[in-house]
Amino acid sequence: MRRILVGIKRVVDYSVRVRVKPDGTGVALDGVKMSINPFDEIALEEALRMKERGEADEVVAMSIGPEEAQQQLRTALAMGADRAILVKSDTAVEPLTAAQVFTAIARAEDARLVLVGKQAIDDDANQTGQMLAALWGRPQATFASKVEVLGEVLRVTREVDAGLETLEIDLPAVVTVDLRLNEPRYVKLPDIMKAKKKPLDVKSFADYGVEPTERLKVTLYVAPATRSKGIMVKSVAELVDVLKKKGLA
Amino acid sequence: MEFALTEEQQLIIQTTRDFVVNELYPHEAEVEESGVLRPELRDAIKAKAIEAGLYAANMPAEVGGAGLDTLTWLLYERELGRANYALHWTCVARPSNILMACTGEQREKYLLPAVRGERSDCMAMTEPGVGSDVRGMKTNARRDGEYFIINGTKHFISHADEADFVILYAATGEEETPRGKKKLITAFIIDKGTPGYTIRPGYKNVSHRGYHNSILEFSDCRVHQSQILGELHQGFEVANDWLGATRLQVAATCLGRAERALEHAKQWAVDRQQFGQQIGKFQGVSFKLADMAMELKAAELLTFEAAWKFDQKLATDMDMAMAKLKATEMLAFVADEAIQIHGGMGLMSDLPLERIWRDARVERIWEGTSEIQRHIISRAMLRPLGG
Ligand SMILES: Cc1cc2nc3c(=O)[nH]c(=O)nc-3n(C[C@H](O)[C@H](O)[C@H](O)COP(=O)(O)OP(=O)(O)OC[C@H]3O[C@@H](n4cnc5c(N)ncnc54)[C@H](O)[C@@H]3O)c2cc1C
Repeated sequence: MRRILVGIKRVVDYSVRVRVKPDGTGVALDGVKMSINPFDEIALEEALRMKERGEADEVVAMSIGPEEAQQQLRTALAMGADRAILVKSDTAVEPLTAAQVFTAIARAEDARLVLVGKQAIDDDANQTGQMLAALWGRPQATFASKVEVLGEVLRVTREVDAGLETLEIDLPAVVTVDLRLNEPRYVKLPDIMKAKKKPLDVKSFADYGVEPTERLKVTLYVAPATRSKGIMVKSVAELVDVLKKKGLA
Repeated sequence: MEFALTEEQQLIIQTTRDFVVNELYPHEAEVEESGVLRPELRDAIKAKAIEAGLYAANMPAEVGGAGLDTLTWLLYERELGRANYALHWTCVARPSNILMACTGEQREKYLLPAVRGERSDCMAMTEPGVGSDVRGMKTNARRDGEYFIINGTKHFISHADEADFVILYAATGEEETPRGKKKLITAFIIDKGTPGYTIRPGYKNVSHRGYHNSILEFSDCRVHQSQILGELHQGFEVANDWLGATRLQVAATCLGRAERALEHAKQWAVDRQQFGQQIGKFQGVSFKLADMAMELKAAELLTFEAAWKFDQKLATDMDMAMAKLKATEMLAFVADEAIQIHGGMGLMSDLPLERIWRDARVERIWEGTSEIQRHIISRAMLRPLGG
């Protein structure tokens, strides 16, 4: 069975303007719209396309999070994933813990490929995929903007500072995906109704032999300073003048 | 009573909203400005809507629709209702449920192609001489062997210019009742291009740019009896059996547009500063917002309760009338207040408010005017008392 695992993280929707709690312990989440991390949605879309092209047999969505993360997994199932696994956690999950759980799932499920977003838009850590590859002992390609399956090899185009880099890595492997890889599909209405019948297993850390330990400590959240109002200039000449005065031109 | 939405309902809302925001909003300005929905644009969006399973989602699953219950269908309507009418109604069409009355060959010819998006329908009841009093219609169909000869004029007929066929209501006789003579009405399906059936451009109107109404003329138009939808003389019964919740559909689309107007108004209340503070800090503005939110919620509860009752087969005519009446009047109020909160900017076409305000106007007229809805509500109260 050529199985693809896809990480699906529940995060505050990208369109929400987050507010920091007055005591600085985090951002206010009550009543806030939650969604699949957009990069994870791209990862899932890529997995589904591979399956549709006959390059994979099964797509499994996996998430670590609260009970409510089932909503995001249901969305993944409605998009086309075959089944889902939720590893329950009522506290924030550090990247290393996530990587340990994903490694255990990858082994238990005999995964051929693990696709995750390059980062989650809540903590922007950008670590889980890399740590997972290391723990699992398999090759990795990060920031993918194109992925091609060539038999037992994956050709991945990566977005790097200098431009595009193309790698070939052996499967099984870990790929973290970037924004331009694809455009995720709309969930089809009839598939939403079918998603209910697809299996969603709720597991614990213990089921995967992982003991979550707290290694990171967040000391304070603060809102970014509000930007001061800009000024309007009437002409290019005036603009150049202002820039010169500020020593910028 | 359960008020929480299921996971599926939330997903349907989400995917419909995503579609509306990504595929319809970007084209609103063009349609509003030009008054035209270009066929290429229409076909491109329609193809995406079909792909996403959103097209004709109001229809039962056994004919290729999404098979939603009434409440879930209305949640989908609410999201579609946020957008320009021509865009959502044409590109993400909901064929008339009355087509479910199709039998035999009619299913292959009309019902199934309509669900697949290959053919589209329109419905003609209103005439220059009869609006609210539909049973008084003059358009008539006279039997001639296996055929009927149709004569008469319909007006205000939405989408007839684009539709491949019309579901036409015509008088096919009279019966004596204790309260005098009553016309017998029959529904016919008539293909565009049938000799004797002419479609003329309708009137320009204030609401819903990019969409058109037409005048239909029938002059000795001969149709075979196999074109009857339902039974002879049973036109209104067919409508009652199948049309059902179209008043709730109007209500639901109004909820979506009101919600959108309220979103703009809330944002403006915190972004706009006058006299050194956010205008939302002035009670004159903030109380408006409170009333708008409350009215919206009231309309929503009436609509969704009626939908729930509809599925339990408990909905009365009064439930439907109340939902339609409240939602359409609420939209007029919310759209107007949203403009007031924006001041002059509210009237500018850069924001969708002026068109939501214009579009709101027709909602209190079609699918039964506000007066007719009030009539229905009051009759339901008084009739049992001998009134
Ligand atoms: C943009 C648009 C699109 C339309 N599309 C279609 C369509 O696709 N197909 C179709 O068949 N029709 C369509 N209609 C017609 C619509 O359903 C009618 O306009 C509506 O039923 C009202 O009829 P009327 O306009 O003739 O008004 P009238 O019935 O003449 O009413 C005039 C006024 O009298 C009031 N009134 C009438 N009777 C009573 C009463 N008993 N008690 C109290 N007040 C009363 C009304 O409330 C109204 O205020 C459309 C209308 C519009 C504006």
